[in-house]
Amino acid sequence: MARDVDNREQFRPAEHPNDHFILTTVVGSYPKPTWLNRIRDHQDDASYGVDAAALSEAYDDAARLITEEHQHCGLDTVVDGEMRREEMVEYFAERIRGYEFNGPVKVWGHNYFDKPSVTEPVQYDEPWLVDEFRFTDAVADRPVKVPITGPYTLASWSFNEAYDDIAALTYDLADLVNEEVAALVDAGARYVQIDEPALATTPDDHAIVGGALERIVDGIPDAVRVGLHVCYGDYSRIYPEINDYPIDEFDVELCNDGYEQIGVFDDGAFAPDLALGVVDVHDTTVESVDQIIENITQGLRVVGPERLTVSPDCGLKLLPREVAREKMQNMVTATRAVEARLDRGEL
Amino acid sequence: MTETIATTPGLFPLPDWAKTRLGRLKGHQKHDLIDGSESAEVLETYEQARGEVIDAQRDAGLGRIVEGQLRWDDMLAHPLTINPAVETGGIVRYYDNNNFYRHPTVTEVPSPTGDIAADLQRAAQLAPTQDLQAVLPGPITLADLSADACVNDTVEFHHVLAELLAGELEDAPHIETLYLLEPSLVTAPPEEDLCVELEELYATVATATDAEVVVHTYFGALSEQTHVYLVDADVAGMGVDIVADDREQTIYNAGEYGMADVIALGLTDGQNTLVESTPTLVERVAWVFDQLPTADPTRLYLSTNTEPFYLPVSKHRQKLAAVAQAAAELTEVGI
Repeated sequence: MARDVDNREQFRPAEHPNDHFILTTVVGSYPKPTWLNRIRDHQDDASYGVDAAALSEAYDDAARLITEEHQHCGLDTVVDGEMRREEMVEYFAERIRGYEFNGPVKVWGHNYFDKPSVTEPVQYDEPWLVDEFRFTDAVADRPVKVPITGPYTLASWSFNEAYDDIAALTYDLADLVNEEVAALVDAGARYVQIDEPALATTPDDHAIVGGALERIVDGIPDAVRVGLHVCYGDYSRIYPEINDYPIDEFDVELCNDGYEQIGVFDDGAFAPDLALGVVDVHDTTVESVDQIIENITQGLRVVGPERLTVSPDCGLKLLPREVAREKMQNMVTATRAVEARLDRGEL
Repeated sequence: MTETIATTPGLFPLPDWAKTRLGRLKGHQKHDLIDGSESAEVLETYEQARGEVIDAQRDAGLGRIVEGQLRWDDMLAHPLTINPAVETGGIVRYYDNNNFYRHPTVTEVPSPTGDIAADLQRAAQLAPTQDLQAVLPGPITLADLSADACVNDTVEFHHVLAELLAGELEDAPHIETLYLLEPSLVTAPPEEDLCVELEELYATVATATDAEVVVHTYFGALSEQTHVYLVDADVAGMGVDIVADDREQTIYNAGEYGMADVIALGLTDGQNTLVESTPTLVERVAWVFDQLPTADPTRLYLSTNTEPFYLPVSKHRQKLAAVAQAAAELTEVGI
């Protein structure tokens, strides 16, 4: 069942203007500055002089820039926009012993993915995200959220050469994620988000994801907020089962179809806190503050404001950067407006 | 004596250099996908890539050579997505995979485009036609991957698509074997009113060619009903997936209801980089025929179970070689 803990209040900023507090955050990824992409493109070309130190400096600069961009928008919790990650499975597979890469495979059209193969039992060698967290935490004056690709997605989006089935691989990977979360907690992290987009495509495996989450939170203190993000799919196929997941918050992508599926969750029994997507990440039109206020009130059909978190539908990385920034800005403005109305008893 | 032939269900992964070059030439968005009106530079790139995959098949020692269907951006929906009688909609999931294609809606009775025959003609310049194999979606699969806004009748729509497939073969060069890929026979088993049409649907396509026609199924075992109707459809060859977890069901179906005179086995995993050794593949064939003691196919085709575009190029080529070697060993010792 959902973790029976109250760890939300620690994210309320000291200068928060309203009595009500709806936590604002982002799912994680954010458009990279053009210059970072150019530097990356030239990292193997000696004539550009992009050595490891220069690339590392560029990543640091980009992470600092995007973290500050999140803060300027007024988010209560920030991310570095995943500046150091190119792809959500590759980044982790490169750091986990047991994986190997054999070349790109097609996703659609001319869009490819360096889908890794698990060729031997997976092992935890070195921290995956601790340095990234420490850097962002030092830059930020708001709490930092750490998104981590979940073990079911790491397993599903790999070739499995070594395990009998996806459950066995997922559970071994979950133990590694647990180790990583523990290391992040030791480094000071208080908010982690497990990303499981693969569950949206194979919802019948919800029990495997539940088993993996049990392993991930094992020994993790109650003060650490654990979220789960599942991208757009048929949520009715994983609800109410997700009520049994040991998580604090369930983050959903509902804005992109105009909240057609909000009714899936409004049975009065929704167990974790709800993190609701309130801006569409597949549409470059920036939603107005009034529109986002409407979207936020959809979430209040499921949980009270004290259990509502507000975020974009998914990672913002495919949007033009200015559009991403404006969406975040409007999202925060709208959230503070909803809180003020709640304070006044108007909602 | 059974003739054993190593082959492939087509739809190859693009060579890595072609992935990069075509991404640059064509772009990465939905509207950049193949519509049959490519630039000379794009066509030249495909021509070069086709030559490479044909050479790779010959080097591996396959008994049948395919053109690779490297232009099929929409996988098995390609014959529709390039057709002017079709509207292509949003990007949708391709079966239960992390792959996507443009969803075609057939708005009027489609005429053959010549697109597929042209690629086969190009392949015929590069490989002897006595080794050439064409690969098309079967009508059940093509219908399942698309929508009918044309005749608004399920059975009639399948006949329209079968006629289209037959038409696309009209200008093809001589081909020795035609694989009709029918994964949807497994994933979306047809209702009985459609099952009774299978014989006529496949006959429509088969009469357009003098090739041996193999209806190849994968993504698991056929239901008993579908298996029975497919046997009754009187196709020359039937292909089944013996990699999938439910292969025991496939063996049960074959033992209980028989197979066609020509059998195709999806023998090696087209969706996993683990390269099964030749002895393992030979053992799998033995496992099948140990349980089907009365089976005596005139010809046995061996291949990956699924289309291999899911694989990285290097692993795919290793699998081709392993299948070819398995076929060679079985030719020597018999099945």
